Amino acid sequence: MEIRVLGAGCAKCKATYALFEQVIAAKGLNVKLIKVEDMAVIISYGIMSTPGVLVDNKLVMVGTVPTRQQIENWLIDT
Amino acid sequence: MTTETHVAQTPRPLPDWAWHVGVGLFVVLWYAVYKQLIPFSEWLVSMLPVERTSHTGEALAFFFYDTPKVMMLLTLIVFFMGVVRSYFSPEKTRALLSGKRVGMGNVLSASLGIVTPFCSCSAVPLFIGFVSAGVPLGVTFSFLIAAPMVNEVALILLFGMLGWQVAALYLFFGLMIAIVAGIVIGMLHLEGWLQDWVQKIHSGVGDVAGLEDEKRTMVDRYRLGIDAVKEIFGKVWMWIIAGIALGALIHGYVPQDTMVAIMGADAWWSVPVAVLMGVPMYTNAAGVIPIVEALLGKGAALGTVLAFMMAVIALSAPEMIILKQVLKLRLIAVFAGVVASGILAVGFLFNAIF
Repeated sequence: MEIRVLGAGCAKCKATYALFEQVIAAKGLNVKLIKVEDMAVIISYGIMSTPGVLVDNKLVMVGTVPTRQQIENWLIDT
Repeated sequence: MTTETHVAQTPRPLPDWAWHVGVGLFVVLWYAVYKQLIPFSEWLVSMLPVERTSHTGEALAFFFYDTPKVMMLLTLIVFFMGVVRSYFSPEKTRALLSGKRVGMGNVLSASLGIVTPFCSCSAVPLFIGFVSAGVPLGVTFSFLIAAPMVNEVALILLFGMLGWQVAALYLFFGLMIAIVAGIVIGMLHLEGWLQDWVQKIHSGVGDVAGLEDEKRTMVDRYRLGIDAVKEIFGKVWMWIIAGIALGALIHGYVPQDTMVAIMGADAWWSVPVAVLMGVPMYTNAAGVIPIVEALLGKGAALGTVLAFMMAVIALSAPEMIILKQVLKLRLIAVFAGVVASGILAVGFLFNAIF
């Protein structure tokens, strides 16, 4: 499983990435977490506000920081 | 050994009606407390060992009244704006704007700039998203100018603290600047002044990712409103306190004559000076309103004060630096120049009329 957090340096992007780190560490999951900060790449996913979250290359969230519950659902369901 | 208990795993969600009742109760309670603010601040000052009519007394009364007032107004505005904004998204705005012509497109784009959720850190993907969807450059700029310039928090605070006339003037002229500046930039045909990598992006590259946000319930929207309030108080409260403190000092200590001489309608040079002072100042819109209130109270001219406020809110150095990723320096200079001219025009116009 692979999670990509899209966003260059905004506060919400950092919070999103940190929350993923926490949940993954707390649950001891084997998940690849990638931070995407290159603006040209971010735009190629077709999002217009950051942060964006991709679960296995599928866009699941744009523009807001996900809740812990949402993150757990994504990580466990798939 | 895993004896971890999962008691508080999933708290039973509140039923929808409880949320509606809760929001209603909150508004009623809010209003009741808000009505008590003046007596409360007067009582607080009377408890202190200072003369009420002294400089210090005046400044303290201003501070004790404005702090809870601004905080309470902000809580209410930010909550309801969070709910309203959940109905809009940059993606929907883009769909509305693509293929729109110059003129009407600029009017629509400036208006949408007020309600579409926007943070300057998202300016780059938003800009690319607009341009790649065939939104004309001038129309895109109308949005980028209106989004920070006509700030809904500033608008409602002005309404609450200085009356509807000032709020309406601010709204009208803020929109006018965004519309006219966008049309002017559009007519200059500056597409060549975008950064090279942006020019290479062709229509269709940034197709909107299909993320459906239509399934939001009313409770989800309330939650977004609460998140917005949390964010404001987590981040910008110190700007607000600083703004109120500065306003209180002006209110208590700056003599009326001095203010009229520096910022009165007769001092023509005060408008450009106010704009120049406003650019490097970077604060949240909510922080600048108490300063505006104090300046006006001391006899500063309305045009000068509005120009100062608009420059602080709309022309911010951090946003320019972010936009450097997509715009060449020349285009940023044109953007800042056109907006600054618009603000100057509003300042002079107001001082001439009032």
